[in-house]
Amino acid sequence: MNLEVLETGPLSTVQDGGRLGLRGFGVSEAGPVDRTAFQMANRLVGNAPDAAAIEFAYVGGRFRVTRAATVAVTGPGASVSIDGQPVKAQATLRLEPGQELRIGALSKGLWGYLAIGGGIDTPPVLGSRATHLRFSLGGLEGRTLRAGDCLPLGDGAEIANHVATRALPDVTAAPIRVLLGPQDDFFAPDVLARFLSQEHRVSARIDRMAAQIDGTPLPAIRGHDIVSDGTVPGAIQVPGSGQPLVLLVEGQTSGGYPKIATVIAADLTRLAQLGPGKPFQFQAVTAEEAEAALLAMRQETRAILDAIQEVQDFRPDPQKLMGENLISGVWHPNMDQDVG
Amino acid sequence: MSVPARILRCGEQAFSVELSDQIDEAVNSQVTALAAALEAVSPVGLLEMVPTYRALLVRFDPGLCPGAEMQAILRRTCDALGADQVVPGRRWQIPAVYGGEVGLDLEDLAREKGLSRQGFVDTHSAAIYRVYMIGFSPGFAYLGGLPEVLHTPRLAIPRQNVAEGAIGIGGQQANINSVAGPSGWRYVAWTPVKAFDPSRADPFLFRAGDSVEFVPVSAEEGAALSARQAEGQAIVTPEAGS
Repeated sequence: MNLEVLETGPLSTVQDGGRLGLRGFGVSEAGPVDRTAFQMANRLVGNAPDAAAIEFAYVGGRFRVTRAATVAVTGPGASVSIDGQPVKAQATLRLEPGQELRIGALSKGLWGYLAIGGGIDTPPVLGSRATHLRFSLGGLEGRTLRAGDCLPLGDGAEIANHVATRALPDVTAAPIRVLLGPQDDFFAPDVLARFLSQEHRVSARIDRMAAQIDGTPLPAIRGHDIVSDGTVPGAIQVPGSGQPLVLLVEGQTSGGYPKIATVIAADLTRLAQLGPGKPFQFQAVTAEEAEAALLAMRQETRAILDAIQEVQDFRPDPQKLMGENLISGVWHPNMDQDVG
Repeated sequence: MSVPARILRCGEQAFSVELSDQIDEAVNSQVTALAAALEAVSPVGLLEMVPTYRALLVRFDPGLCPGAEMQAILRRTCDALGADQVVPGRRWQIPAVYGGEVGLDLEDLAREKGLSRQGFVDTHSAAIYRVYMIGFSPGFAYLGGLPEVLHTPRLAIPRQNVAEGAIGIGGQQANINSVAGPSGWRYVAWTPVKAFDPSRADPFLFRAGDSVEFVPVSAEEGAALSARQAEGQAIVTPEAGS
């Protein structure tokens, strides 16, 4: 059983939970940029939370299956249709062979997910199916997906229709919280103050490795070269151009640029989902606040996943409804505003 | 005795234990020793460690061990560490085919340094290199210990595709390319030994703290070793450190 890619966006990859514990060997973890949306998609089709699914940026594309499958699409403002009929995002969908699943552009974010019951069954590399584009590891030949690709699928369990009753976190322009350092002492107080007060925008140069940030340059008084040390996702490197670069899931594991601050985990997904051109500010928090925010985020993720509920029998099947054209438009993707 | 360290936050889930801001073999062996000491302590919540030239990055789960507590553990571990504590690394003898298609810079560099081709090879293969850290790409070893006479700046414009197994020089460092890719380093030799092989039981050959010597072999010997490796045989085995 296969998933056929008829058309897809520029940055579509196979991702699972990623490879943890290999940074000391030069391999960053990869995995989904938005873990909550990714796990939601898997939960909706009855997969394990970190089963391999498709991540896409900007736009999903068109897909077909060779055997009946359950699928789910998640992401901020995802619009989905099957054979031209709008269907719900953030819900279990039934896709029959020959039917065409279409995932349009995300209206409120950058990264979205398509999970299929049984998961994608490409061979694991270093214990994971996650595509690491920079090293051409995992996924489908270690590369982005393109039209004509055919992905093997695992056997999915039977699952009743489910729907997310609690929304994914809003992709708001609220300040992106950071912990200063480890090399904040490379920057003069006025530059640090500007970093925390000026308006920044994510540039068009965002991929799975890093997001480049546009704004007034941030010169380092002690130079932009350090003896390379270890990095983490969220680290804000400032190279000689003075334009900060926020490392994401495929960022390099070590680097020779001073790191002015680190985006806290609770806000890193939101920064990546903001997408090019949206203004935002950085706000410094204490380590205790950042740790509390991490624990709160984990709790919220659990609550979101636990709020995925079986669609009750008395609720009509959305596809059937659309097919019978009883209440056209009821399941229009704009309705998803109330659940994500 | 203790090792002076700055313990810096890298977000809420990591610390950088910074022992120096310089490249120095003694500092680097303290990094390795600190990693080994912390592994022995094995605090709850420790996720992974990334040893680099002069700092140890420690990732942890604040849900299992709050940062303040982890910071205290790191401080105690540094305090208990002897300044001369050394963890013996493994010793590798790596066959190297000097010159040829991959070692394309050999003749030019020898001329630049006022050495004969053989003189360059002798100098390069007489040195004992230390694996300072693994980074940049999977299993890519940054090697210290390059004789000063061989120090060479990187190219202003990197080459687009340098082969896997290429043995190079970048500034005061040496390296073994673990995967093919762009590089601004100068390359003098090639080894059939795969520093990274995802299909191998141990995909990453080198670890920070290992030492490496290059053993000159002919192109024919290199090709024969490569063929044996392709059949699944191990063509190098490290000696335990002493």
